[in-house]
Amino acid sequence: MTFLLAPFRGTGRTTLGALAAIGRIALFAASAISHMLRPPFYPKEFLHAFMQIGYFSLPVVGMTALFTGGALALQIYSGGARFSAETVVPSIVAIGMVRELGPVLGGLMVAARVASSIAAEIGTMKVTEQIDALVTLSTHPMKYLAVPRVLAATLAVPILVGVGDSIGIFGGYLVGVNRLGFNPANYLNNTRDFLEIWDVVSGLWKGAAFGFIVAVAGCYYGMNSGRGAQGVGRATKAAVVAASVLILATNYLLTEVFFSA
Amino acid sequence: MITLSGIHKAFGANKVLRGVDLTVPTGQSMVIIGGSGTGKSVLLKCILGLVQLDGGAITVDGQDAGTAARDAFLARFGMLFQGGALFDSLPVWQNVAFRLLRGSLKRTKEEAREIAIEKLRRVGLKPATADMFPAELSGGMQKRVGLARAIAAEPEIIFFDEPTTGLDPIMAGVINELIREIVTEMGATAMTITHDMSSVRAIADRVAMLHAGVIQWTGPIAEMDTTTDPYVQQFIHGRAEGPIEAVR
Repeated sequence: MTFLLAPFRGTGRTTLGALAAIGRIALFAASAISHMLRPPFYPKEFLHAFMQIGYFSLPVVGMTALFTGGALALQIYSGGARFSAETVVPSIVAIGMVRELGPVLGGLMVAARVASSIAAEIGTMKVTEQIDALVTLSTHPMKYLAVPRVLAATLAVPILVGVGDSIGIFGGYLVGVNRLGFNPANYLNNTRDFLEIWDVVSGLWKGAAFGFIVAVAGCYYGMNSGRGAQGVGRATKAAVVAASVLILATNYLLTEVFFSA
Repeated sequence: MITLSGIHKAFGANKVLRGVDLTVPTGQSMVIIGGSGTGKSVLLKCILGLVQLDGGAITVDGQDAGTAARDAFLARFGMLFQGGALFDSLPVWQNVAFRLLRGSLKRTKEEAREIAIEKLRRVGLKPATADMFPAELSGGMQKRVGLARAIAAEPEIIFFDEPTTGLDPIMAGVINELIREIVTEMGATAMTITHDMSSVRAIADRVAMLHAGVIQWTGPIAEMDTTTDPYVQQFIHGRAEGPIEAVR
């Protein structure tokens, strides 16, 4: 009987553990927001985090968007050919990029690059007692380490998404014009005519939410890192997994909120 | 004066501190000795509020550590961590002047840098070290920078956690001398944790032996060698036989 129940017990334990982790991350996020509103503020740390998260993520986000836009154009063209709808390529590429692929893939790339680096950096600070040292120097680790990163990511990722959207649409344009034989002026006109402001703005809001998630996951797992190199490694892995899963789940919820009507 | 009464702390089933009672008089240098894993560092962290107490009370000059205004309370302390705990991302001078660059003790950048360089000089480091990063320093230099950071804001109370661990005997001697000089010169109350007996003899006014979660013996350094306490005798002579189990 025990043998038969073991898989259910394991599933239950995993589910409870995941829910508890989400609860702890939510409390951590609430605490970060509350510290964000109260002084002291650390503008220098914010600017440093903004550069690290925003500027230095541009190449990876840009490359991802460029290839995704190109591949999307090819896919829509070959799929659309089945019902003679090849002309929709520019509009579908534009809407697909700004509403969905730009924010989600941008968010996931930032999760891989930034959540891991934040968790590893703060985790190492924890195991080398640097976080304890901060406390003894009358500096709140949440304010000094988490708030600048969370704020920087929340503001930087929408900008990255905006840039990524443009590059993705450009990728689709390059493939559409050079590979699929679209007229350049028609391609651009189609893109502009079918794209609405809300398509772009909703993607930027998603970007802000994903940036927040990435930084909160990185900081939370870093600050709760176990001991030694193994502990930091586990924290880094957990931060990337949690950020990625939460980005995908949040993307669905936000899509429901923004476009269900 | 720091007073610890009935301090208890457990991590899960592991009861590390089981009723520690200890008084550290103002201006005295107290060294806590004891084997590895006996809770010496935990005791210091309890005083600073880095670890929550399970029971007991800590007062500093009659002020309850648990209810005191946090920033003002911590501003009275300086701490040298075992591994230095220097901030990798900041140059040495900003590590030393960390407290002086922000918060209630904030000074201008130039003033803070000047103080940092003066403190670095005090611990035997050249001004050129100020612009280096911690990763560019040797272990001994990192300890000195940690020491400079601990004294930068001229605290009333200084904690030293294993100040000579990982250093060669000569560098350990230099650090011990520095600690003794600085504590005497500043008139600070000091608490040092170590199992290095040369450090104990160089730094201590008083010694306390922590074992099995309680203070087994405490007294002036002059009485440490003559005490009949079997724990102290076994520890200071490094004997395998005695009341302290050699294999823990």
